[in-house]
Amino acid sequence: MSQHQPPTAGRRPKIALSGLHKAFGPKHVLNGLDLEIAEGESVVVIGGSGTGKSVLMKCILGLLDPDRGTVHVDGRDTTRLSGSERDRLMRHFGMLFQGAALFDSLPVWQNVAFGLMQAKGMSRGEAKRIALSKLAAVGLEPAVGELWPAELSGGMRKRVGLARAIATEPDIIFFDEPTTGLDPIMGDVINDLIVKCVRELGATALSITHDMASARKIADRIAMIYGGRIIWAGPVSDIDRSGNPYVDQFINGRAEGPIKMQIREE
Amino acid sequence: MNPLAHIGRAFSVFLYGVGHFVIFGARGLSHCFRPPFYPAQLGRQLIDIGYYSLPVVGMTTLFTGMVLALQAYSGITKVGAETAIPTIVIVAVTRELAPVLAGLMVAGRIGASMAAEIGTMRVTEQIDALTTLSTNAMKYLVVPRLIAGALMLPCLVLVGDIIGTFGGFLIGVYKLGFNPSTYLGNSWDALEAVGVISGLVKASAFGFAIAVMGCYHGYNSRGGAQGVGAATTNAVVSASILILILNYIITELFFSR
Repeated sequence: MSQHQPPTAGRRPKIALSGLHKAFGPKHVLNGLDLEIAEGESVVVIGGSGTGKSVLMKCILGLLDPDRGTVHVDGRDTTRLSGSERDRLMRHFGMLFQGAALFDSLPVWQNVAFGLMQAKGMSRGEAKRIALSKLAAVGLEPAVGELWPAELSGGMRKRVGLARAIATEPDIIFFDEPTTGLDPIMGDVINDLIVKCVRELGATALSITHDMASARKIADRIAMIYGGRIIWAGPVSDIDRSGNPYVDQFINGRAEGPIKMQIREE
Repeated sequence: MNPLAHIGRAFSVFLYGVGHFVIFGARGLSHCFRPPFYPAQLGRQLIDIGYYSLPVVGMTTLFTGMVLALQAYSGITKVGAETAIPTIVIVAVTRELAPVLAGLMVAGRIGASMAAEIGTMRVTEQIDALTTLSTNAMKYLVVPRLIAGALMLPCLVLVGDIIGTFGGFLIGVYKLGFNPSTYLGNSWDALEAVGVISGLVKASAFGFAIAVMGCYHGYNSRGGAQGVGAATTNAVVSASILILILNYIITELFFSR
């Protein structure tokens, strides 16, 4: 395996993962993973199903505790934060979930305004005004704000999820499989919206996907995870000449190569 | 495999489950007294548990009171103690039947709905989404349900006491031929504060137990629709068993000599 390229040279990383380990029973999902993401950078982690992409993201978000290793955000170790410290850190984060994870019991505008009202204590009227402006930013009419999540199509749910992720204008935005389950055209619309929103906010972005078209569009830098580690990382323009057989096999979608698909769980 | 190993493993899993549940309940209880609070969520749960459970609790206690009067009559006519029927009805309803039956009915209605709602939120990542929006899911989802359960079940049981006694009155007066004022007078004489209070204390404990079980099983559900289904079943079964255990413990505390 080739060594991944040195990241963020000369700049303090916004996010730095060092020696991250996470196991579920006998299955070691993360196995000493290292990754650095510079401020304002958009990094996409690619990799097959079950390689630990979601676990990696959940360890950064604090939804899972790593067994070993550290997660630094803005130079601060966030692996052992108390509940209130974690809540404060979360105010700097935005997250677009794979299935959008909209709250069924709230109308769309309250979903978007949730972080503004609950975490920032904003008034209902002001939060609604901002929520509708964020819905407009992702191409949705104000009338959509009055609908319920169950009434939305898959593409609309993703857009609402994106509006919710950017509503509090976070420093760091996470995207979990942003185009999974969408048709190619809607997938591209979401990709364009992600690029636009991240640029407008000047945010740092970490995405995980196995959709190469999406990765090429939204990434400044791509990192590939395999065997619980980052086996290659580099600018998106270098992905086709990585010289890494694992990366080549993955981006070209070949069954033959060093990556053997696990048919049965061991 | 060694059968002793099977037993040992099953016992370990049981103890782990009990410990996990107790920690969850204790965490939930501790969050009840620490801000932030979510009054809108609490209001929704108060209405859902209290107001919307009234019909089912009312029907249950009405027919229980009626059946109790009939059964008591058929049992005690042999010893010529028919005048004890109002006493039997009011004591049994206020001390035991209203709290236990209301608890079991609410466990079926509310425990299942809590486990299904929170379980669906778990498997669709809505609970993770709450966390990423700087909102403590225990405070936002669990605490309002615990408080509403502990507050509303006593209210339901108080209403159930009245309706159950009224059910006995209907049968006593219109079927068994009691004089209405005599029946009411006997009932009033038999009414004891300790009976009513013990019923209300039981109801509060049952309401809390139902909410903890519903939230615990929903919060820890895994594996999609099947996991949510299992969580719902487990919530109702375990809440029902816990109600019966707590009923014995509280009865022992109030009435043992």
